Amino acid sequence: MVAAEIGRSALFDSPPVWAADLPKIPSPPQLPEQYDLLDAIRDLARPTANLIKIEVKRDGTVSFALPRSDNGQGIITSTQMIIAEEMDLDVDQVKVTLADARPELVFNQLTGGSSTTFSTYTPIRVAAALAKGRLLGAAAAQMEQEMSFLTSRQGTITGQNGESMGFGELTESAASPNNEAVEVVLKDREKFRVIGKSQNKTDARAIVTGKKKFTTDLKIDDALPTVICRAPDHNGFPKDASNLDEIRSMPGVTDVAKVSTGYAVRARTFGQCIDAVNELKVSWKDGTAAGEDDDSVLEKIRKAELPLAAPDAGGDTVEGEFVFYFRSGSPLETNCAVADVRKDRAEIWAASKSPIAAQYQIAKDLGLPQNKVTFHVMEGGGSFGRKLFFDAAQEAAECSKKFGKPVKLMWTRADDSRQGRTHPMATSRIRAVVSDESVLSFEMRHTSVATEINPGLSEGVSAVALKYPGGNIFLSENIWELTQITPYNFGNSTRFLNEVDMRFNTSSTRNIYSPDTATARELMVDQIAKKMDKDPYEFRSEFTKMERWRKVLDRAAKEADWGKSMKDGTAQGIAMHIEYKGSAACVVEIDCRPDTVNRKIRSARTGARVTKVTYVVDVGLVINPRGLEAQMMGGINDALAMTLTAGLHLRDGHFVEASWDNYFYTRQWNTPPEMNIVIVDDSEAPEPGGAGEFGVAATCGAVACAYARATGTVPDHFPIYHKDDLPFEPYPTVPPIPPSPTNGLEKTF
Amino acid sequence: MPEQKFTINGESVTVDVESDVRLLWVIRDLLGITGPKYGCGINVCKACTSHINGKAFNPCSVKVGAISESDEITTIEGLADTWDGGDLHPMQQAWIDKDVSQCGFCQPGQIMAAVAKVRECQREGRDIDDDAIEELRNICRCGTYNRIREAIKAGAEEM
Repeated sequence: MVAAEIGRSALFDSPPVWAADLPKIPSPPQLPEQYDLLDAIRDLARPTANLIKIEVKRDGTVSFALPRSDNGQGIITSTQMIIAEEMDLDVDQVKVTLADARPELVFNQLTGGSSTTFSTYTPIRVAAALAKGRLLGAAAAQMEQEMSFLTSRQGTITGQNGESMGFGELTESAASPNNEAVEVVLKDREKFRVIGKSQNKTDARAIVTGKKKFTTDLKIDDALPTVICRAPDHNGFPKDASNLDEIRSMPGVTDVAKVSTGYAVRARTFGQCIDAVNELKVSWKDGTAAGEDDDSVLEKIRKAELPLAAPDAGGDTVEGEFVFYFRSGSPLETNCAVADVRKDRAEIWAASKSPIAAQYQIAKDLGLPQNKVTFHVMEGGGSFGRKLFFDAAQEAAECSKKFGKPVKLMWTRADDSRQGRTHPMATSRIRAVVSDESVLSFEMRHTSVATEINPGLSEGVSAVALKYPGGNIFLSENIWELTQITPYNFGNSTRFLNEVDMRFNTSSTRNIYSPDTATARELMVDQIAKKMDKDPYEFRSEFTKMERWRKVLDRAAKEADWGKSMKDGTAQGIAMHIEYKGSAACVVEIDCRPDTVNRKIRSARTGARVTKVTYVVDVGLVINPRGLEAQMMGGINDALAMTLTAGLHLRDGHFVEASWDNYFYTRQWNTPPEMNIVIVDDSEAPEPGGAGEFGVAATCGAVACAYARATGTVPDHFPIYHKDDLPFEPYPTVPPIPPSPTNGLEKTF
Repeated sequence: MPEQKFTINGESVTVDVESDVRLLWVIRDLLGITGPKYGCGINVCKACTSHINGKAFNPCSVKVGAISESDEITTIEGLADTWDGGDLHPMQQAWIDKDVSQCGFCQPGQIMAAVAKVRECQREGRDIDDDAIEELRNICRCGTYNRIREAIKAGAEEM
């Protein structure tokens, strides 16, 4: 009734008649409260979700090839746990690898939107339960006992008289010669002994001994190092080069050729590739942002801003406008791939979150049938969204074809920073109308450089999103519509996105919109609370739409000792964020005193220091608390960089940053000395929600609010230090790669 | 091509390569020892941190020709052998106990830097506290800094 009325008032632009009578005006549910991106991705995967198999081999080992991409988020470990739980095994008895590209899975090999566990949890359990059921059945037949009397533990099935058989002995008789429909009963949650218990990452030992293999660590015959000489402009493309013969005669160099994105050099070592790339004399076409800079892009965004249209319902207006500059999505492992392209087939090795789309595109590029391209999914050295794009694999395939030899292609750090994927520049404008004790309306208008959605994801999400009213819109609008929730009872609450396609290489960088929208929203929530003379926490608690969300907020306030006495120049800030089927609340303490802000560290951005973070998160069912905590920790440290220190500066058509000493991602001297991550372990939600990106948005909001409260100034752009002088001299764009120093032995400790 | 001779992880090696190639590429591309990672090539990210004669250094920024035959290089693969007892160095064990690693790409460099920092503090009679840890410049893009701190302190206890 109320919802219908609100809907009508939104349509007809008139004030709701009862507006004056209610202190808190309920906002109707926004789409993602009922159906969000996780639902969309799971629905896409559903038709092929059961095309998976858990293998029990004759030697008793249990293995599973997970059709997802692990770049450190720990899904291999959590998948081992899920299988171990259902099959009554120990975690280390289950071997999980990443599946090669399997085109028959269609949309079910995509890793993104923090959707993995939500979409794979039940199908993997079903497969495991099925396998265990067949093994028990086979044991029962051989022992001539009722199945229900048998017990199974650590891969051994024990009968009533103490006789036992291993999974390995039973696997052949357990196999079914025909396809048949079978019903399985999944283990009761009350009986879980693995799920919900903290488990260390199972590759920890391989990592700390240097044995874990990343793409560039592979030893593929004759796959020699290859680096591309890239344009000075962002997305500039090559015309020609004048000194190829000279380059070919440089030490170690085996091949040089023009490719789509520049000139590729293959050599005995990466160092020799880099030296040769820096000697190349190439003429370039303009890039896609030629001549543009931060200000000119911002101007174009402003021209595309949608109007705010609050209904004239009386009351006071609270407004804010915030600018979010470009931020880099580059992980520590730079973009890379190994390719071995032959006349009739190709083999690719790369970390990829959309290997089917990659395989399809590479096959098309090479003129091969898709089934002649084998795509091995490697574990990645971080992704945060970057590995939704498979440009390195495409380039490696192109280079290998051109040279007629295998290649190990790697982007340099400068390439990743200047030509890589970025969080798009955007503005967020908010207008709220406040009357006495009520918020009558809350409008958000987010305007952004277009976010490129990976083809593997966009096709699917668009197809699903078409099902809801007004769904036939821009691809990224779908992601927006399926993710954005304003979690408060703010009457007529709307949020719209408009995007300007300016041909930047953009992508999700540990979420797309939410870090920015949460920053803008939560800063405005503080402003509204101030207007009503209410405490920021109490105001949020009062206006939160759902009880489950309020619990998390209240817990955060309690854990953080909200409202405690703070010294001048320091403050607490609080924020909440709803996404991924869960809820999160964050309280930070920030120190903005001059001695802290002005502390000097060589080649660093110091500034305000977040001294403590309290983060409470309810993701529903928790598979691995320790892994979940790690994801929150990473998200929190990302949020500090996003909000305070780490921006890309566009000047004359290129990003100036080319080093980690230019792009100020969080370092030890920025990270909060105190961090208290609280995981709700009695969630009312029965399923596992999303985790990978969930630490970022609420922290961004809390840091921004704390900064505003500590300094008395509401920041209007992010990162907050983006417009300060650069504490570095930018590297030239030609030659494209900063040369390696030679004084390393003077810097030992 | 000149011959480069040095000791790495206890083994004497001879490599035919130009003397100006940075040691990182000799280690990774020619010797096939891949624990030290490339993250920047300009001695900033510290993902390649290894030890030379027991001290932390970054082979991305040293010409192979600057290494002498008597120099002993240790990468993450050889760290445990520099420690008496157990098949892991206490810092590696602390890293496992504290579940530090996410993707793990930076962690070989983090561990090698941490070991050297603890030894430096021991030499100088300083505590391995937050101030000492904040001298470490290693990037962890997964953002595990807080667990790295815990692990360094725990590992230092055992050193």
